[in-house]
Amino acid sequence: MTENRYLLNTQLAQMLKGGVIMDVVNVEQAQIAQEAGAVAVMALERVPADIRKQGGVARMSDPGLIKAIKAAVTIPVMAKARIGHFVEAQILQALKIDYIDESEVLTPADEECHIDKSRFEIPFVCGARNLGEAVRRIAEGAAMIRTKGEAGTGNVVEAVRHMRTMNREIRQLATMPVEEIMNFAKINGIPYELALEVKKLGRLPVVNFAAGGIATPADAALMMQLGCDGVFVGSGIFKSSDPARYARAIVKATAYHDDPAKLLEVSMDLGEPMPGLDVANMPSAERLAGRGW
Amino acid sequence: MNAAAGAIGVLDLQGGVQEHLDHLRRIGVAARPVKRAAELDGLAGLIIPGGESTCLSRLLTIFGLDDAIRQGYGNGLKLWGTCAGAILLARENVGEMPFLGLMDIAVNRNAFGSQLDSFNRDALAPAVAREPIPLTFIRAPKIVQAGPGVRILLQLDDYIAAAEDDQILVTVFHPELTPSLAFHRYFARKCGLKVAETDDAALDPDWTPQSWTRFSYHV
Repeated sequence: MTENRYLLNTQLAQMLKGGVIMDVVNVEQAQIAQEAGAVAVMALERVPADIRKQGGVARMSDPGLIKAIKAAVTIPVMAKARIGHFVEAQILQALKIDYIDESEVLTPADEECHIDKSRFEIPFVCGARNLGEAVRRIAEGAAMIRTKGEAGTGNVVEAVRHMRTMNREIRQLATMPVEEIMNFAKINGIPYELALEVKKLGRLPVVNFAAGGIATPADAALMMQLGCDGVFVGSGIFKSSDPARYARAIVKATAYHDDPAKLLEVSMDLGEPMPGLDVANMPSAERLAGRGW
Repeated sequence: MNAAAGAIGVLDLQGGVQEHLDHLRRIGVAARPVKRAAELDGLAGLIIPGGESTCLSRLLTIFGLDDAIRQGYGNGLKLWGTCAGAILLARENVGEMPFLGLMDIAVNRNAFGSQLDSFNRDALAPAVAREPIPLTFIRAPKIVQAGPGVRILLQLDDYIAAAEDDQILVTVFHPELTPSLAFHRYFARKCGLKVAETDDAALDPDWTPQSWTRFSYHV
């Protein structure tokens, strides 16, 4: 990827700021999402809550399904490739979607290496639990970052943990004398130059969205107030009792995340949110956030 | 006229808001984000930024900002739509319903294709700057038709990339994603604000692709 192509890819993410990216599994859901004001859709065969329930190996979705969704909407279309599965990524690039999510929600294909995203023309978004993961993904060529959270749980606790962790580490870096940066870079496994850049900016150099467990308008606004640039909602919309309504409410809450009166208005009479799962007592084998490094 | 007169607002619902605020500060113009109808009061101009036009249109309607913008326009407010903003201002949107419909142009959304078809190029827009300026097109629309009251500022290949009428400026590309301040100065002058009279490409050597982050959340 040329430097210029990478810049265009980070800039598309900038145009998504303040927006909601929604998981959809068919054309009808994609249209509901677009109609509600989603800034992009993530096309996949099963939402994370179902992947979690059904178990087995979760792979890239059938490109035929992704193609049908792409034809049905005018907003950007994203799709997931397995961690390290650069051929799934090649196929998605050939399909000419707008963004690839190298995602821990799918079963990793490589337990050592993530995809070398710098070799692709298409942009990638990657999940991160902390600053180290975020910066390593950027170093590999990711043009956008999101928290991992814990997908398919409807429980925002892990996304909050990941965002707070990133913020804490950036804060440490920001106040750190320069002679300590090399050691910070070594401990956190990140390139020195990128550590310096994060220190200078006081934030990640690319757009950073929230993802993993966001189920209500209040969850979305919480993540925005914690400093995220936008929100991914996976199972939270189409596993709720009234998807179109939830979709609209979460879009509004993201835009007006700092206005409690508006948040009150949009949170009213929404019906049932998706059922939630306790994360604290979840066996580590069932946690998706531990995939990738 | 209240204290905000002389300021340019940037519609702050979704999209490239901070990027425009950063450029406006660089040309020395008072700039502020606009989220509520009341915040339009006294503004000389409003930028409708790039983002997703469907999302922006929904939020504008829900919070009554569409009527407020129409009313402001009726009272002389100058408007600039970049990319999605241009789609929202167009009188005709090929294959879709128009939204604000304030400018006599027809646009074709996503006319270039997917993100893989996003691109940069340099071009000369003589009314705006006497040197070529860098242009960034991200999943851009094309302006495919312009009415008699519309002046074409930049024609490229088979489409119009920038145009204006007496009150509205539209660009299908994103000057706020480049080091060039020329279009922002041009719009400020259109709003009757005082900015440098030079007409060069106005490349700001201090601008970087991360400049927007100074107006975003910090730890």
